Amino acid sequence: MQLKPPLQFYNEFLPGINCEELHGKLIVIEGPDAVGRSTQVAKLRQWLEQEGHAVLDTGMARGALAGKGIKQAKEGNTLGPITMTLYYTTDFADRLENQIVPALRAGFVVLTDRYIFSIMARAIARGEDRRWIEQVTGFGLVPHAVYYLRADVRHLVSRVVLGRGAFDFWESGMDIRFGDNMFDSFVKYQTKLIRALDVMAKKYAFITVDATRPSDAIFRDLQEHISNLEIKRIRNTPWINATVRARESNGAKRRAKS
Amino acid sequence: MPLLAANRFKGKLIVVEGIDGSGKSTQISLLSHWLRSQGFAVAFSEWNSSPLVRETTRRGKKKAMFTPTTFSLIHATDFADRTERYIVPLMKAGAIVCADRYAFTAYARDVARGVSRRWVRNLYRFATRPNLSFYFRVPLDVAIGRILGGRDAIKYYEAGMDMQLSRDVEESFRIFQGRILDEYEAMAEEVGFHIVDATLSIEKQQRQMREIVIRELGDSLKNGVLRMEPGEMHAIETASAVL
Repeated sequence: MQLKPPLQFYNEFLPGINCEELHGKLIVIEGPDAVGRSTQVAKLRQWLEQEGHAVLDTGMARGALAGKGIKQAKEGNTLGPITMTLYYTTDFADRLENQIVPALRAGFVVLTDRYIFSIMARAIARGEDRRWIEQVTGFGLVPHAVYYLRADVRHLVSRVVLGRGAFDFWESGMDIRFGDNMFDSFVKYQTKLIRALDVMAKKYAFITVDATRPSDAIFRDLQEHISNLEIKRIRNTPWINATVRARESNGAKRRAKS
Repeated sequence: MPLLAANRFKGKLIVVEGIDGSGKSTQISLLSHWLRSQGFAVAFSEWNSSPLVRETTRRGKKKAMFTPTTFSLIHATDFADRTERYIVPLMKAGAIVCADRYAFTAYARDVARGVSRRWVRNLYRFATRPNLSFYFRVPLDVAIGRILGGRDAIKYYEAGMDMQLSRDVEESFRIFQGRILDEYEAMAEEVGFHIVDATLSIEKQQRQMREIVIRELGDSLKNGVLRMEPGEMHAIETASAVL
């Protein structure tokens, strides 16, 4: 896999980061709760390392700054929806600046279990303003690929019940109480999350993967896509603003001259 | 188009802004005592005081882990927690909420750290627009004189040491506070500050504030805002919660 710069931000530049220096690949695995993302990340990591790539894998609330605070906040009973959204965004920014960007500078393949899209979907499912959260998380780097593991709610329910055997408070959106018990709330909340992700799929050029199939079949799909990433670079996402495009074309001109 | 949504609650929101050493905390404290003595239900909220976020902020500061972006976001998280859990419910109940610093502190401070103006304004869009915002205007040297005279050490992030403006803490503090001052001055019209000359005596400033409160909020304080009858005032303990 040949690795090529530059990556770019969606619509907000982070101070102190020069995208031209980012030589790695940024690969996102997205999807609702219990869809099997972490299984795929683990398999992909093993495979990529066997292929000789240095891999960083990261995910929500795993940052050194805010990870612990988020876990503590979720144990209490006072975490409001806007506060939660911003706490997760703080953690994301910390991981972006302190893990993801340094790894990309060093030429790593960064595999991330969820990205800004989950933060947005959770906010939107809780009734927050879509444009607000899109702009708040607008400092995210545009990944080389976003794989959206998609399954319907029935499938998620069976995975939760057969797998873990119990519903989780936050995965069921019980902070908002979408239903009067965990099952009903889970179904309503996850339906909202899936709907929000479906809407994003077009806008952010997700590659949708049918996640109701056996995990090996999903893995083979992902492998094939990732092997072809070199030619399938995501460019000109409709989201990127005029400044970024201008910068890009200037860069292209410079490259053409030299 | 105003950036923040107008206050649609029964209660009122009064905020004070200004650089460190402008005397705003003294003034909002005097104002809140006065309002309480008039029988109003008064709540008080301070910048960077949410218990939910405290440990994270402390960890970040102690180990110098913050970047301009995470510094901005953790303060917004703190503000969101106070807003969702404290400021909004109390305003709904009809209290006058007095805030020592508000979203405008982030507009000034985060931008002085290099965060985009547009981004930080959007970040705080969930905040209620205050009924009154006081800005304590003070020359940099006066403010710095007050700070250096009153405390023994300026803290790392307060001085903007994270930006490597200068190796000298005092010099860094001066440059950083200067930038914040410029941002405040530039937004004064945009956000509708009532400007108070913070070089005047404490008493004069307080008199001005009270006059503005009566002039601007006088009639609306009669409807909806929670207030005790003068007779009841001794019966109930008037100490209020501080968050």
